[in-house]
Amino acid sequence: MTQVVYKIKKKFNSFVLVTFLATLIILLILGVIFYDIISQGISHLSWEFLCDKPAEEIRMGGIFPAIFGTALLVLVMTVAVVPIGVITAIYLHEYAKNNKLTRLIRVAVNNLAGVPAIVFGLFGLGFFIQFIGHGIDNMFYGGEIVYGRPAIIWASLTLALLTLPVVIVTTEEALRNISKDIREASFALGATKFQTIMRIIIPNCLSGIITGAILAISRGAGEVAPILFTGAADLLPKLPTSLSDQFMDLKFHIFVLAQSPDVKNSTPVLYSTVLVLLLLIFILNLIAFILRSQLRRKFKSH
Amino acid sequence: MNQQFSNDLIEKIKVENLNFYYNKNNDNKTLKNINISMYEKQVTALIGPSGCGKTTFLKTINRMTDLIDNCKVEGNIFIDKNNILKNEIDVVHLRKKVGMVFQKSNPFPKSIFENIAYGPRIFGERNKVKLTEIVENTLKNVALWDEVKDRLNQSALGLSGGQQQRLCIARALAVEPDIILMDEPASALDPIATTKIEELIFELKKNYTIIIVTHNMQQAARVSDYTAFFYLGELIEYTSTEKIFTNPSVKKTEDYVTGRFG
Repeated sequence: MTQVVYKIKKKFNSFVLVTFLATLIILLILGVIFYDIISQGISHLSWEFLCDKPAEEIRMGGIFPAIFGTALLVLVMTVAVVPIGVITAIYLHEYAKNNKLTRLIRVAVNNLAGVPAIVFGLFGLGFFIQFIGHGIDNMFYGGEIVYGRPAIIWASLTLALLTLPVVIVTTEEALRNISKDIREASFALGATKFQTIMRIIIPNCLSGIITGAILAISRGAGEVAPILFTGAADLLPKLPTSLSDQFMDLKFHIFVLAQSPDVKNSTPVLYSTVLVLLLLIFILNLIAFILRSQLRRKFKSH
Repeated sequence: MNQQFSNDLIEKIKVENLNFYYNKNNDNKTLKNINISMYEKQVTALIGPSGCGKTTFLKTINRMTDLIDNCKVEGNIFIDKNNILKNEIDVVHLRKKVGMVFQKSNPFPKSIFENIAYGPRIFGERNKVKLTEIVENTLKNVALWDEVKDRLNQSALGLSGGQQQRLCIARALAVEPDIILMDEPASALDPIATTKIEELIFELKKNYTIIIVTHNMQQAARVSDYTAFFYLGELIEYTSTEKIFTNPSVKKTEDYVTGRFG
């Protein structure tokens, strides 16, 4: 044993050894988590589990509505957050003068990233559901409650708020990386600022924008707190048919399962649900990743 | 000094009392009271040590200086008798008429075709046949057609430095300018690529008025008809290239062109 340590010491100096060990610990923990989830989750995994509606009895039925709900939630969130985030970043980087107000906006954006998720959840309940939702109901539906209750649209928008700073910051970073040269080239050809942004700048930071979207998706797909009060349902076999419907969500389902007193029956279901959530996030990321690398390949030299 | 300019020249650009301040809040002039006339279908070289204001001067001619925050321009620049420093002038049309080629080749990260079609598209050309024609003609004009005709849809970033610079010249030509401003277009290129650019300038002179900033005395001597020597923001001497390199009338010019300073 001491010989092995000695050999390792000879090969690396002590600092390298510390960094290596730290990395190893992280990898080990990750490995244990994955091993645990996969080995225990795979047993209950089946087509039925993936494609069926949940049943009253925990061990029966599947989690399709939760998979569908999470995918839809993340999709609507992305559709909302990417345009708003990108436009904000363009304003901040391309149009805003470097003055107090701009700096204040930047500070606000960074602080938004530090707000706890549960605060977003409560904000979503107060602002989107009570204020906007009720407002819409009073104005268009004569007071009948349609939008003034938890719904997938409000949950998505709340998550969009939560992930907005990520998109803004990554997009701004991408904008900063576009060289002054090609901007000048565009202006020198007579292009206006708007044309330059639309035809040169946005196409060139698409891969940065997608990176922002990937980060937002990973973050958004993993948060429970913001959707607790804004749209997620305990048990809802029916798929949402409109944006004003409630929905089932994988991680919220996990949260519910984990609280079940019937530990013996809920544990295998719980493991499989976690495995499915991980796979779903992995697949969403993979899609964005492939999209980005294809974009990059398109304009790489040679 | 005027007898150096032949009588049948047509005045294309006339600059009157031009002052330029990078900071409008103080009196530091980058260009000091410049007066100069540049002529149609001639190559005018601007020479002088770094920081003498030649590039700044070049940029005032197509108002690229508008992109600089907090600067101030005084005086008049007439192009075909229109004062382009007036506020109401349409900068977009000015820049269509006065093209620019930069020191560092700066193709867009798009295909070769799209690089050249960019300008015409901005001015509303959507006809694919017309665009293809423009791309072919301008690439032939810069002698790049044979080298790239089989890969028009590949990224322009895959071209060599010299090819990229010729592509940038072609891109400027695609919007049909009268005047081309060149800011040290060959300074980053090897001698062979430089020769090609110089040959190209010679060719382009037939149809365009060219103003070129260069640090390379031999290049100024080879390509230009007239040369203006700038020093510390002032125009020291402006006359035929031959005279400036063989028999300059100002001592400072002689010191510079013979390499005693700068």
